[in-house]
Amino acid sequence: MVHKSLEQACLIMDRSGVDTRKCMMCGKCSATCPAFDEMDYHPHQFVKMVTEGDIESLLSSKSLWKCLSCFACVERCPRGVEPANVVEALRVTLLRRQGENYITADDIPGLLDDKLPQQAIVSAFRKYKK
Amino acid sequence: MQKIGVFVCWCGSNIAATVDVAEVVQAVKTQPGVAFATDYQYMCSEAGQSIIKNAIKEHDLTGIVVCSCSPRMHEATFRKTAQAAGLNPYMVEIANIREHCSWIHKDKNEATQKAIILANAAVAKVNLNAPLVQGESSVTKRALVIGGGIAGIQTALDIAEAGYEVDIVEKEPTIGGKMAQLDKTFPTLDCSACILTPKMVDVAANENITLYTYSEVEQVKGFVGNFSVTIKKKARYVKEDLCTGCGECMSKCPSKKGKDEFNCGLNNRTAINIPFAQAIPNVAYIDAEQCIKFKTGKCGLCEKTCSANAIDYNQKDEIIEREYGAIVMATGYEPIKLDKFDEYQYSKHPDVITSLELERIMNAAGPTGGTLLKMSDKEHPHSVTFIQCVGSRDISGRGKPYCSKICCMYTAKHAMLIRDKYPDVEVNVFYIDVRTPGKNFDEFYRRAVEEYGVNYIKGQVGKVYEKDGHLVVQAVDLIANKQLVLDTDMVVLATAIEPSKTARDLASMLTASIDTNDFITEAHPKLRPVESPTAGIFLSGVCQGPKDIPETVSQAGAAAAKVIGLLAKDKLLTNPCVAHSDELLCNGCSQCEKVCPYGAISYIDKEVNDHGVRETRRVAQVNEALCQGCGACTVTCPSGAMDLKGFTNRQIMAEVDAICK
Repeated sequence: MVHKSLEQACLIMDRSGVDTRKCMMCGKCSATCPAFDEMDYHPHQFVKMVTEGDIESLLSSKSLWKCLSCFACVERCPRGVEPANVVEALRVTLLRRQGENYITADDIPGLLDDKLPQQAIVSAFRKYKK
Repeated sequence: MQKIGVFVCWCGSNIAATVDVAEVVQAVKTQPGVAFATDYQYMCSEAGQSIIKNAIKEHDLTGIVVCSCSPRMHEATFRKTAQAAGLNPYMVEIANIREHCSWIHKDKNEATQKAIILANAAVAKVNLNAPLVQGESSVTKRALVIGGGIAGIQTALDIAEAGYEVDIVEKEPTIGGKMAQLDKTFPTLDCSACILTPKMVDVAANENITLYTYSEVEQVKGFVGNFSVTIKKKARYVKEDLCTGCGECMSKCPSKKGKDEFNCGLNNRTAINIPFAQAIPNVAYIDAEQCIKFKTGKCGLCEKTCSANAIDYNQKDEIIEREYGAIVMATGYEPIKLDKFDEYQYSKHPDVITSLELERIMNAAGPTGGTLLKMSDKEHPHSVTFIQCVGSRDISGRGKPYCSKICCMYTAKHAMLIRDKYPDVEVNVFYIDVRTPGKNFDEFYRRAVEEYGVNYIKGQVGKVYEKDGHLVVQAVDLIANKQLVLDTDMVVLATAIEPSKTARDLASMLTASIDTNDFITEAHPKLRPVESPTAGIFLSGVCQGPKDIPETVSQAGAAAAKVIGLLAKDKLLTNPCVAHSDELLCNGCSQCEKVCPYGAISYIDKEVNDHGVRETRRVAQVNEALCQGCGACTVTCPSGAMDLKGFTNRQIMAEVDAICK
C-alpha cells in the first residue's frame, strides 16, 4: 500500500507554484526529457503522482536526482504545468526534512575528503535538526 | 398615487428554500403605493399568471412588481400577462430575488432581508413608472453575408431560396473558402471540390444573390432591419464583365514568383492569377505588389494577350453603400501561425508541413499533382508521422486553450488515404486523446486503425530534428511508458485553428460581442446559438466556434432561417425605452451627439418658450427609431436634459434611496 497524502500534495504544489491538476496527460514532458531513460518514474508520471498525493514514492525515487533541470519540459508543456519545478520542490522538501540528512559535528572528521567540497559538509551540518 | 401589486414567486425551492417569501409579502405591504401582495409557488405558470391577472382587475392595480428570477428570463412573460389584464406592459418591474439573491446566499435571514430590499426598490421605481408605447421601424428586405466559404455560401443560398435578396462579401478573389482547398471530406471521403463547386455555381447563377469578391466591409451603421453598410471593392485591374477566365494572361505573365496562396504557398503563381480552375467568379486579378507593370511601368503583356480587352491598369477601388435588414457573420478560420513551436522544425524543414498543406499535396490540382511527395526533394516518403493537438488545448500562451475539434477526424482521414494509396508508407499518429463524436466518426477512426494499419500512439512528440539527412521524431508512448526515437520522412502537424483575423474588427463595427479567443458570442450558448446578442446580427460557421462541414452547413441553414424570419416582417416593434431631451434644460453643448453610438442624436435650432421668454435655441433631438436606449447620453449630459424613458434619473434615484433606507 502506497502512502498517499493530499496534504503533502498541496505542500508540493505550494512550494513549486505548480498546479499539477492542469496536466492533461499528453506526455510532452516525457517526450522532451533528455534523461528519460535514466529515470524510474518519468516526468509525466511524477506530475500525476503529485496530484494523487503519492509523494513518498517520489521522494525515494532516483528520478529526482536524474533530472538535469534543463527546463525543456517547462518550455514545452502546453498546460503550463512546469514539471521541472515540481522536481525542484520535491528536492527541497527532501533536503529540508527535520532530522534527516543531518550530520553531527562528531561525524565530520570521518567524512573529510579532498574531493568533497567543504561547503557540502558545512551545509549538511547546518541542516534543520530539531 | 399608484396602486401596486407585488407577487413573490417561490420558484419551487429555488427561491423559497433560501428566502422567507411570506415575510417578503408582509414587508412590502407597508411600502407606499402597495395595494396588494401575495406569494405563489410558480408565478410564471398558467395558474400564477392568473393570480396576477385577477389581482390587477380586482384591485384596479396601476402597476405590478414580480419578485422572481432574472428579467432576462421572464420579464417578457409578465409584461404579456399584465397586457392581457389591461395594464400597460411597461408598468411591470421585476425584482430579481433568484440570481441576485437566493442562489448566491446561504443564510436564510440575510437572503430574506435582501429580497425585501430588492422588492422595495422595485416598488419605489414602479411608483414613478409611466405607460410607454412601442414604436415601429421598417425592415430592409435584403441580407448581407460576410464571408464566402461554405458557411456563407449555404446561408446565402438558403436566404435566396426563400425569395430574399442577399449579398455576399468575400475578401479573397473567389468564394469557396477553406473547403475549396480540401482534397477529401470525412467520413465519406467524397471529393471536397465535387460537392462544393456546384454550390458555388448556384451562388453565381442565383439572381437573388449579388457577389462582392475581393471586397471588404468598411463600415456598418444603423440597427436591426436598417443597417447601412459601406463595402470596399478592391481593384482587380481586370474588368469583371469582360474577363472570360480563359487563363491566357496567366500563361504569358513573366512575373512568376508570387506565393500561391491557394496552395498554401507550396508553389508559385503569376502576378495575374485565377486562384483555381473552378473559381467563382472565374475572373483574373492582378497582384499589384508583384506585377512588373505596376512596379516599373513596363511589361503590359497580359493587356496585349487578353482577347477580351479585360485588363484595366487604371481601375480604382470602388466604394459601395447598401442597406440591409440583417447581417450574417461567416468569416471562418485560419490555421494558427507556428512560429512559437520551434521544436517541430516547421519553419526550418520543408518536409514538416501542416495538415492543410497536406490537403493541397494530396489534391490533383495541388503543387505535386496529387502525388504524395516530400517537398524537399520531391521523392516518395516511406514513413509519415502525424502530430495532433499542435497548439490546441494549450494554455501556455503558445497556442489556443480550446480543442480545435476537426483535427482528430482529418488526421484519421489523411492517415487512411495515405495507407490506401501507398501501402508501403508507414504511418504513425501521435495523439493525446482521439475525439471523434459524430455520426459514423468513431467507426471511421477505427477503420484507419483496423483496416488500414495506421499506428496510433498515445503520447506527444517532444521534438523533431534532422540527423544525417532525415528527420527524427523524439516522442513518448504513454501506454508502454517508453520514450521513442523514430526516423521519419515527413511530419504533418494538426495545427490549431483560430477565427479569421478580420473577425475582431468586424465584430466591433457590428457591436457584436466577441470572446477572449475572438470567436463571436452567441445570444445564448444553448437556446440561441446562431444569433448575436446584438439584434439583426447572425452567426454562421467557425466564426462562432470550431466545427466541421456538416455542423457548419446545419448552422448556416439555421442562421438563414433566422434571417428569413426577420426579413419576413414588414415592421419591427421598437423598444420604447429611448432617450428624450428636455429642450428647456438643454444647453446645446453637443456632448450627447458625440457619445451616441447609433447616430441617433442631432441638433436643431428651435424656438422655445422658457417661462414666457420666447427665443430660438440650439437643442438636441433624439431619433427614436435609431435610439437603442443604451443611456450613454443621459450620463454624459451636463445639464440633466437627457433622460431615458422607463429608466429616468428620478426612477433610478428612487431605487437607490429605497435600497439605502
